[in-house]
Amino acid sequence: MAEAVVAQPAWVLLAYLIAGVCFILALRGLSNPESSRRGNRTGMIGMAIAVATTLALHHSAALAEIAGAIVIGGAIGLVIARKIQMTAMPQLVAAFHSLVGLAAVLVGAAAYLNPEAFGIAVRVTPIASPSFVSIFPQSRIEMGLGVAIGAITFSGSVIAFLKLNGNMSGKPILLPLRHVINLGTLAAILALISYFTQDQAPLVFGLIVGLSFIIGFLLIIPIGGADMPVVISMLNSYSGWAAAAMGFTLHNTAMVITGALVGSSGAILSYIMCRAMNRSFISVIAGGFGAVASGGEAAAIDRPYKRGSAEDAAFLMAQAEQVIIVPGYGMAVAQAQHAVREMADLLKAKGVTVKYAIHPVAGRMPGHMNVLLAEANVPYDEVFELEDINSEFAQTDVAYVIGANDVTNPAAKNDKSSPIYGMPVLDVEKARTVLFVKRSMGGVGYAGIDNDLFYRDNTMMLLGDAKKMTEEIVKALG
Amino acid sequence: MDFISILSIFVLACFVGYYVVWSVTPALHTPLMSVTNAISSVIVVGALIAAAAAGVPGSKWLGLVAVALASVNIFGGFAVTQRMLSMYKKRERPGDKTHG
Repeated sequence: MAEAVVAQPAWVLLAYLIAGVCFILALRGLSNPESSRRGNRTGMIGMAIAVATTLALHHSAALAEIAGAIVIGGAIGLVIARKIQMTAMPQLVAAFHSLVGLAAVLVGAAAYLNPEAFGIAVRVTPIASPSFVSIFPQSRIEMGLGVAIGAITFSGSVIAFLKLNGNMSGKPILLPLRHVINLGTLAAILALISYFTQDQAPLVFGLIVGLSFIIGFLLIIPIGGADMPVVISMLNSYSGWAAAAMGFTLHNTAMVITGALVGSSGAILSYIMCRAMNRSFISVIAGGFGAVASGGEAAAIDRPYKRGSAEDAAFLMAQAEQVIIVPGYGMAVAQAQHAVREMADLLKAKGVTVKYAIHPVAGRMPGHMNVLLAEANVPYDEVFELEDINSEFAQTDVAYVIGANDVTNPAAKNDKSSPIYGMPVLDVEKARTVLFVKRSMGGVGYAGIDNDLFYRDNTMMLLGDAKKMTEEIVKALG
Repeated sequence: MDFISILSIFVLACFVGYYVVWSVTPALHTPLMSVTNAISSVIVVGALIAAAAAGVPGSKWLGLVAVALASVNIFGGFAVTQRMLSMYKKRERPGDKTHG
């Protein structure tokens, strides 16, 4: 059987190429906030070109129905995009990933049911039996991989969404023998895909999809809340590979280029997040981190610490030359970012230099804290990444830690027995004074570890709600 | 287009993606995720082909549902990215204090 090649007119190939270039430029624009908005518009143009080209190529009687589907989907998307709170971005991104995955599965299924429309099959007429449509063996592999990755992306993202949205506990769920089950399921999927080349029965296709849904679910449930930034980046990557695999199936260059871009993007973000937590990718995937909360907190509570009031904090900061604010996710939960920005404004009016120091995993997804600060009107050129600002703490008068904990823990540098040992942390303890805002002395950080910083001589604990405490400081400064 | 040509495009695009994404500033990693989300919905192209094809009703309906799902992503993804990017502002120069 000849591998017939799908003929696409040259102008179509060119149009898809232009769309691909637009997407590259959209990502390139993100190197700088100034060029990013133009980049995003270029991305929209690329998408419009891809859609218009496809519609022009496939004259269809179903144009009204297609337009209806676009309008319904588009309207839902626009409403969500307008209403969503910035603290909920990780959930939203997870939900969007699940849609890409599901769309890939549906496209794969549609191509399976009507392969001739996609030009990936040939009609075979054996002697003395009815003719049937046979999908090219190579297309079957590509299709099988595409729907498998799509299904994993879908069910994995649904679990990630439920965990991030709080519908499901962030605690890892550990099944017995889970590694055996997971590897067995993956092997079964690969075996089915290779069997699919011999037999294109609906049962085989259905099993590939079904098992992939299950493995996506099994892969994500053992991963704890602290590792969610890695998971969400990883699913980002999967959604790209799913699009690329479908691009291979449908011989579509726009999908292949985009899939490769998104796949690499997610992979790089996963790597950055793993490095920021000093975790290996394999150990994140294996799951279970954060399952055992440390039992040593009771002993730690009796250690002496210094406690200060909002007035003390205001006095110290007003006298300072430079203040570095270290925000964590707790600040966003308390909705304190606007109060923090107000405090920074008052300090700047008094001639104090104010900077923000962001740890890569300060939020719940890559870059999350930067968005939260930008939303509170904090200028982006006052916000610095860990490696750019860490050397400055030694020349800083006050470090104001709000809602962050583990990312400031000196144990990561000097306590080899600590679970976070080796993780890059912000050197806040080098500042002359550390003001640490915390609800109470009892609770421990996300990773369940006590923080030696609380008991240092140069640390003043500000116990209370992050938002109220900051507002009181604002009042005292005003 | 034959397999080798597509594979070549794929491999080169992976390299382009690698270098382009490393040049993205960490401050914009969340918009990066939402915009990659939007563009990976280029899978809508496949959905459109299925929806436009006549002959197999099941395939057509799957295509239409996929078009709707991908549209949520395309419109939602680009719009939320634009919303985030419009928040990133430079330090105000003293004098033109306009708080939004």
